[in-house]
Amino acid sequence: MTPVVRIQREDFDLNAEVEALTRDRTDIGAIVTFAGLCRDEGGKLAALELEHYPGMAEAEIGRVAAEAVERWPLNGLVAIHRYGLIRPGGQIVLVVAASRHRRAAFEAAEFLMDYLKTRAPFWKREHLSDGTIGGWVEARADDDTAAARWN
Amino acid sequence: MIDSQAETRTLKLVYFAWVRERIGVAEETVEVPHEARTVADLVDWLRGRDEGYEMAFENAAIVRAAIDHVHVKPEASLAGAREIAFFPPMTGG
Repeated sequence: MTPVVRIQREDFDLNAEVEALTRDRTDIGAIVTFAGLCRDEGGKLAALELEHYPGMAEAEIGRVAAEAVERWPLNGLVAIHRYGLIRPGGQIVLVVAASRHRRAAFEAAEFLMDYLKTRAPFWKREHLSDGTIGGWVEARADDDTAAARWN
Repeated sequence: MIDSQAETRTLKLVYFAWVRERIGVAEETVEVPHEARTVADLVDWLRGRDEGYEMAFENAAIVRAAIDHVHVKPEASLAGAREIAFFPPMTGG
């Protein structure tokens, strides 16, 4: 099973991705989806700007996805990460994991997100509601802790 | 006579987020002395170039590096490297 990894500026459609993964198949018993959205942080935020490292972003998410395929019996795996300017309510990231039983799908989706947050070369910068450009978002220590528990 | 080709290695350097802003360019090609054998050596050499680099690497332990699209530690060898990237801890997802 080859994971689908896409790095794109355009929005994605969660239902269309699930449909593409399950079409004409009868062996899948569980689908877990995770979508990460842009928050407005209580009205403070006008948008998030996502910078990425083209080439490495695809390669690194591909390596993490391949690791998930090694660790869990999956029928399908999709990871999509957007870049550019994303407004509150907009979608940033999508993970879809399909397997025969729910546990593998839940765990693989969570593993992929935990590793993606600490290893995929993306950086967020805040654009504030007052029109100014805020600072770069700082990495969170609990994201490292979340990724480390899979070791 | 020393072959000048052997004294330096040509590397493409790319920078992201606040590392890019502090250095002032997104990418550049540099001739690095061969004495610089590791990523940490390269950082030391870059810091001596001007204050932008000094600012970018003032807390060198924070800045992450990748060689040819793969994450590496400061002690990683530059041998065979083509593109070295420096960037802050990642905040995607």
